[in-house]
Amino acid sequence: MNVKRAISKTSVHVVLVAYTCLALFPILLVIFNSFKAKRAIFLSPLTPPLPTTFDLIGYNRVFSDGAIGTYYMNSIIVTLGTIFFTLLFGGMAGWALSEYKFRFNKVLGLYLAIGIMVPIRLGSVAIISMIAGLNLINTLTALICVYVAQNLPLAVFILSEFMTQIPKDLREAARCDGLSEYNIFFYIVLPLLRPAMATVAVFTMIPVWNDLWFPLILAPSGGKQTITLGVQQFLGQYVTDWNAVLAALSTAIVPVLIFYILFSRQLIRGLTSGAVK
Amino acid sequence: MAQVSISALKKSYGPVDVLKDINLDVDNGSFVVLVGPSGCGKSTLLRSIAGLEPVNSGAIKIGDKVVNDLAPAQREIAMVFQSYALYPHMNVEKNMGFGLRFAKTPKEEIKARVTEAARILQLEPLLKRRPRELSGGQRQRVAIGRAIVRKPQVFLFDEPLSNLDAALRVNTRVEIAKLHKLLKATIVYVTHDQVEAMTLADKIVVMNQGRIEQVGKPLDLYYKPANLFVARFIGSPAMNIVPLTVSGKDTAKTKSGAEIELSLPASVSKGDQITLGVRPEHMTVTKGKGILTAKLDVVERLGELGYAHLESESGERLIAELRGEAPGQTGDTLGLNFAAKDIHLFAADGTRL
Repeated sequence: MNVKRAISKTSVHVVLVAYTCLALFPILLVIFNSFKAKRAIFLSPLTPPLPTTFDLIGYNRVFSDGAIGTYYMNSIIVTLGTIFFTLLFGGMAGWALSEYKFRFNKVLGLYLAIGIMVPIRLGSVAIISMIAGLNLINTLTALICVYVAQNLPLAVFILSEFMTQIPKDLREAARCDGLSEYNIFFYIVLPLLRPAMATVAVFTMIPVWNDLWFPLILAPSGGKQTITLGVQQFLGQYVTDWNAVLAALSTAIVPVLIFYILFSRQLIRGLTSGAVK
Repeated sequence: MAQVSISALKKSYGPVDVLKDINLDVDNGSFVVLVGPSGCGKSTLLRSIAGLEPVNSGAIKIGDKVVNDLAPAQREIAMVFQSYALYPHMNVEKNMGFGLRFAKTPKEEIKARVTEAARILQLEPLLKRRPRELSGGQRQRVAIGRAIVRKPQVFLFDEPLSNLDAALRVNTRVEIAKLHKLLKATIVYVTHDQVEAMTLADKIVVMNQGRIEQVGKPLDLYYKPANLFVARFIGSPAMNIVPLTVSGKDTAKTKSGAEIELSLPASVSKGDQITLGVRPEHMTVTKGKGILTAKLDVVERLGELGYAHLESESGERLIAELRGEAPGQTGDTLGLNFAAKDIHLFAADGTRL
């Protein structure tokens, strides 16, 4: 029995380890090669950087390029802005849908659910003309608006689901304590939703950080490029600066990793324990 | 502190009437307990007083103000919930002072009131703890503390003891009674436990199916139930009920045809259906013949007393209190006696005769 269990346990881990290797391999390859001289990248792409092939030229070139810093900043602003507004509006909408009973409540919920199913890129043409009409081309505001719209449906869905788990007595106690509906939301509901908000933040952050499409069509120039788009300047039609591309991609992982660690700390469960009973 | 008066209160959920024409006065400083079976509307009535449930018609007055259209916070009430409803992300001190913060009470004042409440409830060592680090009884005290610091006109308790274990429940019950004396507070208290109701209340309100069945002092309800429902509901074990048909002046027949003699009021006449009620402690079991005869089923011994469960000839289940040994064994046919002063008679519609 024990042997059987051990075997099944090991086999699960073998599969998981294999998958991890597969998933991490391209990332490792990028990081390895970002520390190698150009010749070594092409001659032996799979070997880790050795003392003979070690070279920081890619990083030097990325950091000496003044614009790259701006691109990082743009990406960070867009990502954080998107997370903030998605959580704020998503939380408020989720609260309204889960707490208040009004006409069209169900219909609105369904409408938002459709938003999860329809990919926003189908509306690219309409979005461009709308953003152009608002004079927001080549601004970070345009990107934040579009990303918030893109992420809102799922955020509302997840957050309202979590909100229904907040005991009704808590909200009523707050009402008896004299809190306005807004204060109940900000002082009682939001603090209790921290794990759910962290989940939504992680879901929101990664596709936004990695997105190339909307920066390309909405903010392709004027110093408002995001890092994923900024890397493209090293990719030429005839000559590609592979050292710089790989170095820029490697450094692009760092901020998103930091965000992830920050948010995942909030993913502590059982925050509501002790509230009731 | 203020009195509460409720007049002609009605509430329905769609076609279902949950409160039907409720009229109730709660005197200043009195302890009123709403009691009744589940679904009788007692919690809804309490929540209507608190302002958490809108009502369809009627008026609720707290003090001299009609509060129907006021938000819970403006009604100057404080509610203690069955689940305690403590804010899990705040420590005990913040939990208690939270409402005051939003009422723009000065910081020193909040501190003073919280300290005072903590002293009364012996919560001083726990002020910095979070709710999840407290036991059930402590959480209950914090919930009461949160109500006290707001100095409300009326305290509302919604089954506050039902999540506590039996021993703690008895203790907390005594604590609440003491607190009421100390604060001279007006309290409306909901429970389904009639022992709580009997021990705590100045006045008990027995509710059933959205109506008030009887309002009165605990012992009045016990000795003079206004109707069959109250008679059955108050008292544990419940009152024994025997349906009878009046067969003559001062005689009546059980369903099995046995004739018994009782002094009947003049208002009943031959052929009327009436109900006889006798509390278990007023019924004695004897070996010989009694007023009723019944077969002994089970004897429960609780220590200083016991209960004999019997089945009468006509099929009613009866309970008689025993002091000492049972006069027979399971299956024996025994006699049941009771004094004329201890009987309760109810008319066919359930009202007291």
